[in-house]
Amino acid sequence: MPDPATPCGADNRKEILVRVKGLKKHFPILRGLIWQRQVGAVKAVDDVSFDIRRGETLGVVGESGCGKSTTGRAILQLQRPSAGKIFLGDQELTALGEPELRKLRPRMQMIFQDSYDSLNPRQSVGQIIAEPMVIHGDQNRTLSRQHMRNRVAELLDLVGLNPNHISRFSHEFSGGQRQRINIARALSLNPEFIVCDEPISALDVSIQAQVVNLFKDLQRRLGLTYLFIAHDLSMVQHISDRVAVMYLGRIMELADRDELFDAPLHPYTQCLMSAVPIPDPKKERNRRRITLTGEVPSPAHPPRGCVFHTRCPLAEDICSDKTPAYREILPDHFAACHFADDKGGSRIQEP
Amino acid sequence: MSTILSVRDLTLRFHTFDGVVHALNGISFDVQAGETLAIVGESGSGKSVTMMSLLHLLPMPPARIARGEALFYTNGTPTDLLKMSRADMHRVRGAQIGYIFQDALSALNPVMTVGRQIGESLVMHLGMDAETARKRAIDLLDDVGIPGARARYRNYPHQFSGGMRQRAMIAIAIACNPRMVIADEPTTALDVTVQAQIVELAKRIQRERGMTVVWITHDLGVVAGIADRVLVMYAGCPVEIAPVDDLYDHPQHPYTRGLLSALPRLDDRSRRDLASIQGAPPDMMASPRHCQFAWRCPYVFDRCWKAVPPYYPAGKGHATQCFYDLENGRPRTDA
Repeated sequence: MPDPATPCGADNRKEILVRVKGLKKHFPILRGLIWQRQVGAVKAVDDVSFDIRRGETLGVVGESGCGKSTTGRAILQLQRPSAGKIFLGDQELTALGEPELRKLRPRMQMIFQDSYDSLNPRQSVGQIIAEPMVIHGDQNRTLSRQHMRNRVAELLDLVGLNPNHISRFSHEFSGGQRQRINIARALSLNPEFIVCDEPISALDVSIQAQVVNLFKDLQRRLGLTYLFIAHDLSMVQHISDRVAVMYLGRIMELADRDELFDAPLHPYTQCLMSAVPIPDPKKERNRRRITLTGEVPSPAHPPRGCVFHTRCPLAEDICSDKTPAYREILPDHFAACHFADDKGGSRIQEP
Repeated sequence: MSTILSVRDLTLRFHTFDGVVHALNGISFDVQAGETLAIVGESGSGKSVTMMSLLHLLPMPPARIARGEALFYTNGTPTDLLKMSRADMHRVRGAQIGYIFQDALSALNPVMTVGRQIGESLVMHLGMDAETARKRAIDLLDDVGIPGARARYRNYPHQFSGGMRQRAMIAIAIACNPRMVIADEPTTALDVTVQAQIVELAKRIQRERGMTVVWITHDLGVVAGIADRVLVMYAGCPVEIAPVDDLYDHPQHPYTRGLLSALPRLDDRSRRDLASIQGAPPDMMASPRHCQFAWRCPYVFDRCWKAVPPYYPAGKGHATQCFYDLENGRPRTDA
């Protein structure tokens, strides 16, 4: 299904697997003990739209509290959105009830950041990985015990764990191995789409590289589509085909990876990139940093107008009055900034 | 440059119910006055334990220092930090050596205003009266970049944001103008834009006050921007120490080399797979009888399994604990 909003490039002919339109997730702020009344809302995700193409990795980056995890959860309907539509293929997930949604769950899975908390300590690895098959198995009733055991062993092998460890418990594994168990469980139903919510943030550098390589390898072999959520810009840059930068519940910029990092249009993207240290002392010494002042405002009281205007080096009067439209500035390159244009109007002059 | 701290053969163990954890296995390094030494390593490598043990910040037991010394020089006279009495240590901590902790929220006292926590060490170490300490604390808050310092003096830690709490921690650490500041992963819990602010602040304060800084971190990106020299630790062993440029250009230990090539870089657009280090860090229950990296090392050969490698010089100010000469691609030939 070609997207009418984007012109046809070589990549654009790719089929769209997940479509997010005007997604909002607001959490109510309640006051009072018994008669609770709503006194406000935390706008965790506020009007976010994007597509994910089949077989690609869409990276989502942002600082803590920017709504990147909530977006991932809302797409999978783990938290029902407050507004907006989400499509998986041609199915509108937001219109489905729990029973229908459950039938679709095998197609979409999630990998969580905390590999300790997301594995049941009383279940063996075999039980953990087989559980999705047990739950969803009655759809085709073909899974015998032996079949399932073989499948678990195959999955363990696929994620680089020893299939003989099938009856071990999660505490017997290291952090990186536990994340591999999580991946095996997510893969057990042959999903098309996986939301990876900071899957490597808790791991040490040398282990991170192993797990990232595993993600890329699995994508090549199984044709998976990822929504890869992380706060580490370098890692997102490494793994993604396209990248969305979020700030206070909104997408500030979305573009092809190379374009986003080589020619960012949004001032926030430029500031974020400038803040990331590069592991090269000579480059670090000669770098001119655009240092942002202050911290991310509370999403319960986001600034009026452009949410970034309180910290933006380019901010002018219009920024505090009018919310900039999230629009396509260059082909396939979206940004939400009043000054963004194809002539570099939003480039920050380096100090 | 004169040496301010000289640690020799520091060996520390934790005696737990499950057995003895060999947390530090013969750590030796010097810190020069005015420099920034970065201690890098993954979790459990012993980087924090090293510095905490010097200031008696570890509960003993279970921690026990098996051997070693840590000479802290004052006007050329050394004192062994490890042998200091409680009372003497009290006079060193905060006054001579400041400490910035990773988790500012749990390091700060939640029921005491931030201002008083800063003033506390001024009263204790410098004998200031309450009013002078208050004025000085406000100056310090201002100096570490907290807007509205006068009003903020009366705030409690929970009223501060993460970045501001870390700034307050820095204010406490530098309050008495210590000669050395230990920064223990001060930016790890922070967002990247706030991390950049804190790093800039730390650099500015060091420049202005000429402090010696020991910066503990696992982030090789941050190290590249702040350090003069780097000590790389692995499983309680100091595997490599080098000037920062030398370390990144010519890492002489397979672990350092692996770590550097396992990092994705923002300035690298290639889609090559990251060179990962296979396996996981070793179990530290056993006393090391050979190189602790041998299990994961791509250059391992029979000698690596027979003895713990000593420091081999590998250039100016550069030393590595490895039997394999990475530069020349062959095992070292000494006896």
